[in-house]
Amino acid sequence: MTISSLMIINKAGGLIYQKGFSSTPSKLDSNEYLVLAGTFHGVHTISTRIAPVPSSGIEVIEASTFKLHCFQTQTGTKFIMTTDPEQTRVELYLKKVYEIYSDYVMKNPFYTPEMPIRCELFDVNVLRYIKSINESS
Amino acid sequence: MDQGSEILSRNINKTKNNEVSLNAFNFLFSEMIQYSQQRVSGTVQELEKKLSDFGYRVGIRVVELLNWREKNGKREIKILQNLYFIHTNVWKMLFGKQADSLEKHTEKEDEYMISDNEPIITKFISVPKDYHSLACGAFLAGIVEAILDGAQLPAKVEAFANPQEGFPTKTTIVINFDQSVIDREKLFQ
Repeated sequence: MTISSLMIINKAGGLIYQKGFSSTPSKLDSNEYLVLAGTFHGVHTISTRIAPVPSSGIEVIEASTFKLHCFQTQTGTKFIMTTDPEQTRVELYLKKVYEIYSDYVMKNPFYTPEMPIRCELFDVNVLRYIKSINESS
Repeated sequence: MDQGSEILSRNINKTKNNEVSLNAFNFLFSEMIQYSQQRVSGTVQELEKKLSDFGYRVGIRVVELLNWREKNGKREIKILQNLYFIHTNVWKMLFGKQADSLEKHTEKEDEYMISDNEPIITKFISVPKDYHSLACGAFLAGIVEAILDGAQLPAKVEAFANPQEGFPTKTTIVINFDQSVIDREKLFQ
């Protein structure tokens, strides 16, 4: 059971953070990630609109080889994790990443909201957290 | 009694439940840095000076209050006693813990250093590369400078970011006393 990547999408659909945690290098370049994030943002919005009853949109996408989990905050920021299909409790991990984000990104005076995240301490803490999950399982 | 006057009529010797939320403080401090950034022409030194000025305003109040609270109004006159007071009492009151070390420079007789491995005010701050030499601990330096000034020990106080393995936000405050202070100290011996 592993978490293979993390993405953060701002409320306008722009990709502001992307990190892979698996040892195999990703096949996408940064531009393709941006397109992917924008597309997901659109599909997510559609899912909230076509829902017959009020809904917060897509939470999980399952495929045979991986699962994609999405957690949307009250302000519209989306945290997305791709994991292997057996991974459990991902909602919890996403919330914890949100917590790290609130600490090390939002409380950092040098960060401009909605812009790509370049905060050393955020990187360090996310990596440490994901590693601890991947190693424990 | 309305809310505003309640804080003024509170007993100043009471320290229980006087804690402030760290999150709230860090948001405030973050805004202070952004505010200062907009009001300097861009050099790191100017920004540090602004932060240090903020700290100075805290320090002059702390020195009055703590001498009253913990020393019955008695003030220390020697350098070491004052530095120890800052390292222990002041840090405990402001941050809930002692500073991690208090050292004297081995060669320069006027230089002392106080280090904090993980200052809570900069806990969440990642300084970007184009500001690489900025120490947000300048705020702490301002506090220390004001306390030393208040004790009649004028000194030049500067903060340096001193990242170490396991302590990425470690900050060292370097204190250079005035020659007059060193000369006077010798008279005590």
